[in-house]
Amino acid sequence: MTANAPTVTAEVKTRATPEERRATAIGVILVLLGAFVFWIFGLGVESGARSNFNLSLPGERFENLRWEVSSQWLAFIVAATLAFLGGFVLRRSQVKRTNLALAIGLSLFVLAFLTWAAADGSFSLVGMLRSSVLLSVPVTLGALSGLMCERVAVINIAIEGQLLTAAFVGTIMGSAWGIWAGLIGAMLTGALLGAVLAVLAIRYRIDQIIAGVVINIFALGLTSFLARRVLSEAQELNSPGRFPSIKIPVLGDIPVVGSLLFNHNMFVYVTFLLVIALHFGLFYTRWGLRSRSVGEHPKAADTVGIDVYRIRYRNVIYGGLIAGFGGAFLTLAQVSRFEENLTAGIGFIGLAAMIFGRWMPLGALGAGLVFGFARALQQKLGILGTPIPSEFLSMTPYIVTIIVVAGVVGRARPPAADGQPYIKD
Amino acid sequence: MTDGVAPPGNERPEGEPGWYSRVTGVGSSIRQATVIPALALVSALIIGAFIIAVTDVDTIRIWGDDPGEAFRLTFSGIADAYKALFVGSFGSIRAITETLYAATPLIFAGLAVAVGFQAGLFNIGANGQMHIGGMAALWVGFSISVPAFVHIPVALMAAIVAGAIWGGIAGLLKARTGAHEVITTIMLNFIALYLVDYWLKSSVFQQPGRNDPISQPAAESAQFPTLIGNYRLNIGFLLALAAVWFVWWLMYRSTVGYEFRAVGANPSGGKYAGMSVAWIYVSVMAVSGGLGGLAGANQILGLEPYRGLSNFAGTIGFDAIALALLGRSHPIGVLLAGLLFGALRSGGREMQGAAGIPIDLVLVVQALIIVFIAAPALVRAIYRIKAPDQDGGTTVSTGWGT
Repeated sequence: MTANAPTVTAEVKTRATPEERRATAIGVILVLLGAFVFWIFGLGVESGARSNFNLSLPGERFENLRWEVSSQWLAFIVAATLAFLGGFVLRRSQVKRTNLALAIGLSLFVLAFLTWAAADGSFSLVGMLRSSVLLSVPVTLGALSGLMCERVAVINIAIEGQLLTAAFVGTIMGSAWGIWAGLIGAMLTGALLGAVLAVLAIRYRIDQIIAGVVINIFALGLTSFLARRVLSEAQELNSPGRFPSIKIPVLGDIPVVGSLLFNHNMFVYVTFLLVIALHFGLFYTRWGLRSRSVGEHPKAADTVGIDVYRIRYRNVIYGGLIAGFGGAFLTLAQVSRFEENLTAGIGFIGLAAMIFGRWMPLGALGAGLVFGFARALQQKLGILGTPIPSEFLSMTPYIVTIIVVAGVVGRARPPAADGQPYIKD
Repeated sequence: MTDGVAPPGNERPEGEPGWYSRVTGVGSSIRQATVIPALALVSALIIGAFIIAVTDVDTIRIWGDDPGEAFRLTFSGIADAYKALFVGSFGSIRAITETLYAATPLIFAGLAVAVGFQAGLFNIGANGQMHIGGMAALWVGFSISVPAFVHIPVALMAAIVAGAIWGGIAGLLKARTGAHEVITTIMLNFIALYLVDYWLKSSVFQQPGRNDPISQPAAESAQFPTLIGNYRLNIGFLLALAAVWFVWWLMYRSTVGYEFRAVGANPSGGKYAGMSVAWIYVSVMAVSGGLGGLAGANQILGLEPYRGLSNFAGTIGFDAIALALLGRSHPIGVLLAGLLFGALRSGGREMQGAAGIPIDLVLVVQALIIVFIAAPALVRAIYRIKAPDQDGGTTVSTGWGT
């Protein structure tokens, strides 16, 4: 607010200055990245080296698709493109295209990096992208859960606890009565914790961050306690089985795209559909308009007759359902076994994805895919034996989030009333 | 909302105290400041007993055949657990020293969060500050060889500085860009976690001849000397007492502390009184981070095997939030709350060993305590106590707003 206050009266010209400065900085970064690619990835490999990318998985209809490329030439081309992009941003100093140029630049950088890592070897590109999609599912669902709550101004940092508890209940009910029962149990558990958050935040007006922290500690304590006390006694309750992969006819046979998007378990499809549905719901329906108004200006919403409390309760519980669905994915699709603190921070990556995605469902999906890619890459790097420590890749989501909230790469703006309890007069 | 202008729909009625006095208990009598925490503890323990009862698989199987016996077993199970909890925390000299020992890092970290609360900042990052501070202390601990009376202070200074820098980053980001400290400290926690993992496998820290993330031990001259006989209690506890005194002095007897509290009570008021709110955010987070760093140093220099391990801070950084709330952000309150949580931890270990109740129950009890503390209306509703002059819960932070 302090930073924005003068801009209301200031002229447009003066407001553009920091953004132009930012564009300049990004232009310089792109040029430097280009130089780095030229130097390290280009001159750093032998001139004859070739990188081999596998574009199909074993057992697919079109097997043995591969893309072979000269490692050095690819690096040179990427370096030239990066330099061009940097020059473009520097010359135009045009704010609108800066982020696009940065995104393209970073993707190219990653491509050059992979080519360099796979020089004189082969690399299953589709395999890695496929696992990126899978790893993005709980992150995206966590982000959607957070988004549902924050769009109505209830901060949800309990995503981690919701995922963990739902994964636990899903395991037990899934083992006892089958995977569908597990799924329903997990979703209801998520919803229950959502309801707890809603009651604490709305009825008792506890600080929402404290409420979230409490739910996280409670979830970790309770699930670890029960895992040790009950699951260790009754091992048969800890093997729920998995939802199978369903290959979509025809689409699943398309090379590359088929194995990336159309040959997954039900969770992946539902997540994609959910993102589209929420985007449509939030921006094109009465429910969405009401929710957003409650998040931006609850008093105005109240004045026109919207029941602020009711909408908040409902959406926070929906958010819990989504987180519960994500928790079910962890133990009913990814692994089929519960372990103490199984989530290990996925909920917080979801929170990060929500912020990186700027409180938008499509943004959440994009951020989830980026963070999923970072995790998949980290797992692959160990196999390739590159000198880059995997820990730094693990940090990516968190560093990106700090950069985004600090407004270095565009400002992420939360709903205006986020975190504030509404007191009806 | 750095300028503290109440957004529409959030005006506070005249005369109702803000979150600051609710959290800190300032302006309330001793009785008010103790009744709710005591009832919160009792309620949490009762719910804990209920959880023990419903998870007792063997006894539940008997309910159908012999309800009387099952009833008796259930109650003896709960009694055994809580007896072990008490014996393990206060039952013997050893138990008492263990309680003080377990309380030490909690007090440091609780003070870190409390200083933030008093200045209106929510430092969730004690965990990360512990990791960074602890690693700094460890590095000093094995890389120089000097007598203990020099070594320990130098290592502690390193921990304070490193923790202060890590905390200060969040303060600086808030001051310069308006990035909310809750988000940045959560993210910094994870970054610190992975940094520690990376360092533990680097040639600087890693124990020679090992492949797993484990560091070389701190030199003997940097390890905290024990206080009594062969009990684990060491000078860390005395340092924690000193930190309690220091924070009390800082917050209530120094100009800086007055400014901290003034900004916490009302940032725009502080601004119009001529204080640099931005600078105060940075210094509060630095002080808070420094205390977190001390908690981390205690986990390395005061705890066997005196080495850095992956995630060595555990859940202490989060327990600290509970502690600061329970202690109403007052240093003495934090000390008492730290002793209570120390007792729960040391008793929890006995409960796990003697009665077979996993120590994770302590986390559940702690979480319940925070709920009841943060929502006094909830406790009043359960025990039908009349609200003194306020209602509703705590609001420490006001959203992610810029």
